[in-house]
Amino acid sequence: MSQTLYLRRRVRNRFFLALSVAAAGFGIGWLALILGTLLVRGADGMSVTLFTQMTPPPGSNGGLANAILGSIVMSGLAVGIGTPVGIFAGTYLAEYGRHARFAVIVRFVNDILLSAPSILVGLFIYELFVIHMGHFSALAGAAALAVLVVPVVVRTTENMLLLVPNTLREAAAALGTPPHFVIRTVTWRAARAGIVTGILLAIARISGETAPLLFTALNNQFWSTDLNAPMASLPAIIFQFAMSPYEDWHKLAWAGALLITITVLSLSVMARILESTRMSQ
Amino acid sequence: MIFTPWFVCKPGRETIMANAPPIAMGMPTSGTWERFGRSDARFRALTLAAACLVLLIFVGIIIALGTGAWPALKTFGVGFLTSTAWNPVTERFGAFPAIYGTLVTSALAMLIAVPVGIGIAIFLTELCPRPLRRAVGIAIELLAGIPSIIYGVWGLFVFAPFFQQFIQPRIVDALSGIPLLSDVFAGPPYGIGIFTASLILSIMILPFISAVTRDVFETVPPVLKEAAYGLGSTTWEVVWNVILPYARSGVVGGGMLALGRALGETMAVTFVIGNAHRIALSIFAPGTTISATIANEFTEALGDMYVSSLVAIGLILFLITFLVLAAAQLMLRSLEARAGGRSQ
Repeated sequence: MSQTLYLRRRVRNRFFLALSVAAAGFGIGWLALILGTLLVRGADGMSVTLFTQMTPPPGSNGGLANAILGSIVMSGLAVGIGTPVGIFAGTYLAEYGRHARFAVIVRFVNDILLSAPSILVGLFIYELFVIHMGHFSALAGAAALAVLVVPVVVRTTENMLLLVPNTLREAAAALGTPPHFVIRTVTWRAARAGIVTGILLAIARISGETAPLLFTALNNQFWSTDLNAPMASLPAIIFQFAMSPYEDWHKLAWAGALLITITVLSLSVMARILESTRMSQ
Repeated sequence: MIFTPWFVCKPGRETIMANAPPIAMGMPTSGTWERFGRSDARFRALTLAAACLVLLIFVGIIIALGTGAWPALKTFGVGFLTSTAWNPVTERFGAFPAIYGTLVTSALAMLIAVPVGIGIAIFLTELCPRPLRRAVGIAIELLAGIPSIIYGVWGLFVFAPFFQQFIQPRIVDALSGIPLLSDVFAGPPYGIGIFTASLILSIMILPFISAVTRDVFETVPPVLKEAAYGLGSTTWEVVWNVILPYARSGVVGGGMLALGRALGETMAVTFVIGNAHRIALSIFAPGTTISATIANEFTEALGDMYVSSLVAIGLILFLITFLVLAAAQLMLRSLEARAGGRSQ
């Protein structure tokens, strides 16, 4: 009797633990599959012309130079606009607000924005800017991306500032340092690595974003530096090319996909390394 | 830790200045203090303005979607939610197929991702040898780092053809005689469709579930586990009877967070769902979701009613995700408060 019970419990144990190992295998398997095909098919389209030539019409050779430029310009603008807002708002939450009701609401709303569907941010900017300007533009694209940057930076900035020990603030305040000076020279400095981590994560997040760009920056087959005109971006070009029936466009789409993935993953790895060096301090 | 806000300290400093000797060495003059006070106020106002901007963005999204959706909602009324029409020519629009697709793909994705995510968390906290733990954890989290468009491209070019050729026909054949199941898994093998979209979604949200679950599992006091092991429990019994009940609200919160992601996920789904405005019982049939409809049709939409209907389904998506994410927030917050209370 008890022998069969023990056996049953042992079998049960083995069975479910095996399932849990299989689950981990499932996750890692997909990662390996996706990265593997991406490397193989992306490397196929990798060449110097990728960075020097414009996106081609179907049937001819070309590169992704205008899309790469567009992605860099719009991401740069978005980080430039979104980061200060995010850092100041995060500073308010951690240094001034803390338990105030207003801060609780802002924190709640920010966390909602953090996971809100990015395509709705695109619709928002469309309704706010594009309709009134009458045309799609790189500025609108950058604004949409900036809206995505803000919540990421707010969250990491607040978290990192809260990790700064209060004794540091108190020591600075005891020297008669005015509060804003304490924040800028003591707490920000102590949390610097963490805040930079947040910015890196924000860049990683927006450099792969497609949905908010579709109807803000639209797309552009040509080299354009005009912020007031539609601008190409890597994700938008990948979307257009991959959905097309043309074989050479597919090849460029894979190459673009590999470029984005390398950028995003190396940014996340950098952020992680930065974080772990901070932790070990 | 009790934190005194800066504005409480301020009168104190003024009192000190009033009582300070008139010519103290190196002491700032009262002008300096005034300047400091002013720049303090300015800095505080600046940070407050940034915080207000976060609120404004949120309110702005609601207002923009609301005004954009108004014409469609006014014309179609409540019937918009239940109508299955989607005809740009006659300008009749209904949200039901898109809402249905959104809910079904997310539900299927959760059905796959929740058990697997919890399994990964169990593996990471209880089974994995320590040196491997970090590497496996990072690998799973990298899945969250891959942009959604990559999942879309991969799903369309790699997974869908493979699925169409090797797996789909076999499943359809195997289940063809069984009543209900033969309807749920039926239809010509397109490769793309509701099931493919759900599977891709489940891979995307997997890391969110496993990350939150692992973090909650790690808060289980070792004493509890040791006590259970001491009574002769197997590892699985400890997981099932001690860890999971203890971590339940965290797991649910993490799941809700992942569900919020799944509901709004756009690019990955757009590539593989087939964009068909109809409701089929078969999960192998093409369908559509709210976000895929917007992504596919918005730039090509002609006519105010068409655009307004697309914004209106966007508003519906916003409301659904808001409810789910808000519930997730409240759950995870109360958990945090509980954990905080215990550590003190």
